[in-house]
Amino acid sequence: MSATLTAGRPMRKSRYRGRRLLTRTAAALLGVVLTIWTIIPVYNMLLIALSEEGDEFTGTVWPSDPSFESFRVIWTEGYWYLENFWHQFGNSCIIGLATMVLTVLVGSLASFAMGRMRLRKARLIGDLSLLTYAVPASFLVIPFTRLMHIYGLVDNLWSVIAAEVTFATPYAILIFHQYGKLIPLELDDAARVDGATPFQVYWRIYLPLMAPALAVVATFALLLAWNEYLYQYLLLSSRRSMTVAVAIDQFFDSDEAPWNYMMAVALVYSLPPIAVYYALRRYMVAGLTMGGVK
Amino acid sequence: MSVTQQAVAIGRGFAGTRPARRVFFGGVHGTDYVWSIAFAIPYAIIFFAFVVYPIGYGLWMGSDTALYGELFSDPRYLTAVVNTLLYVGIGVNVKMFFAFLLSGFFIRKRWWSKALLVVFILPWATPALPAYMSIHWFLNGQWGMLNNVLYSLFGIDGPVYLNDHWTGLFCNIAAYIWKTLPFWTVILLAGRMSVPQELYEAAAVDGANGLSKFAHITLPMMANLYLVCTLLDMVFALGDFNATFFVSGGGPAMSTEVLATLGIRYAFTIALPRLGVAAVMSALPLLIPLVILLMRKLRMSEGQL
Repeated sequence: MSATLTAGRPMRKSRYRGRRLLTRTAAALLGVVLTIWTIIPVYNMLLIALSEEGDEFTGTVWPSDPSFESFRVIWTEGYWYLENFWHQFGNSCIIGLATMVLTVLVGSLASFAMGRMRLRKARLIGDLSLLTYAVPASFLVIPFTRLMHIYGLVDNLWSVIAAEVTFATPYAILIFHQYGKLIPLELDDAARVDGATPFQVYWRIYLPLMAPALAVVATFALLLAWNEYLYQYLLLSSRRSMTVAVAIDQFFDSDEAPWNYMMAVALVYSLPPIAVYYALRRYMVAGLTMGGVK
Repeated sequence: MSVTQQAVAIGRGFAGTRPARRVFFGGVHGTDYVWSIAFAIPYAIIFFAFVVYPIGYGLWMGSDTALYGELFSDPRYLTAVVNTLLYVGIGVNVKMFFAFLLSGFFIRKRWWSKALLVVFILPWATPALPAYMSIHWFLNGQWGMLNNVLYSLFGIDGPVYLNDHWTGLFCNIAAYIWKTLPFWTVILLAGRMSVPQELYEAAAVDGANGLSKFAHITLPMMANLYLVCTLLDMVFALGDFNATFFVSGGGPAMSTEVLATLGIRYAFTIALPRLGVAAVMSALPLLIPLVILLMRKLRMSEGQL
């Protein structure tokens, strides 16, 4: 009896160790597979961008002789498809920044009316605004484009800014509303007793205290406008008004364009949002969970 | 359009709005009322000019029933309907299943699973357009990296993936999964983290093993979030334009188009905007129940999600 017990113990221990080894191996394997799956498209972009014109597809998986020629060509706008590249880059920046400022402004004003001014009807605006997300943007784009023809805004950056602000603001209102609940209403009341107008309360008390939420929403709006493609593609057509995203697609559609230039442009276009995501990673997740998962 | 980031926050909605307090001036009236209207007006204008008006305009454009007869006689439309159902059904459910499993993997507190998470969110951070274009070249039958690797490692001549209806469609779905998997994994990870640890501790005291903890705590606590995420992503997948447009381009011979790309193709390439609107409006019988179900789920789960 006691003999079996003493014999059993080391065996159980080794089985435990064996199982742990097995889970570790499985986890490591999963890690390798996940890394490959994740990296490949971005790596492919880099690999093509680093090759010389004409030998993008020699079958190598490693850039044995990396060439930065394509990045030099972008920098100097040295290819006819890239003639207006930096101007188009500027357009993308303008759209992104205008969307950011307008979204924060319009969203914070609306949520101030809803949450702080106790306007009951404003709650309806908040609920209705979320309906924007019930209609996919790609469904709305056909009537939207026709309306822009009617408003006379086609091939104008403002038409795209309007679209981006429309899609970014409901989220902004939601986040501001949730965050605003953390700020005591008594602060507003105290300021009002001292004779502040509602606008002063908004400007001097509400906005400064909302700074973290403002930063989250501003980042999201900027990225949304930078990454969005469909509205820019359908609303901007001339070379001087188009954005980088539309320019890349023109590259993609033409048969003769060198792929290394195209992938280099794609990489240059991807870098700002990737940098922002990684720099603000914690806040991005916090921003998502602020309203939803709690 | 990547509204993905935005809409998950819909979670709690505006249900928690404080009741109007009547401390100051006995509620909202007089100049305060004017002020609050003035604050709300910029958004109201945007909402009516760029949401309500286009929706109404779209409904009017697609109101002619003859358009639907024309639509149903077009074989490309019927293919697109089948593709859309497969795209949404497979793309969303396979991804959510993996996202759920991966969230369990990433919740481990090892340093290397944290490091892996940093790499893993790369597809989320990369804009859709360059990522899908790169996948398109990666899958190129003649020069793409995938077939190059297959040939040099195993001597296999891989197929021309994007030249066939089925492989093309599944490549689009795989690309969509690639792009959106990290986002939903992070959401489900946040959901898992919010499950109170006390529950697991109490279960451990009662002698529960890993499997029964999973079945009796994790699953019931996560079920609602999982369902909401699935419904939300179905709405997003239904409207997804980028993956199909850039990976397969809708080809060969428009056989991998989904409703979102077909509508835009009709409206802008063939210049039949009304037919395009009719094509996307034919998704409403699927979209409306999804949205209603989503709203009801969200209302029920208030504060708990």
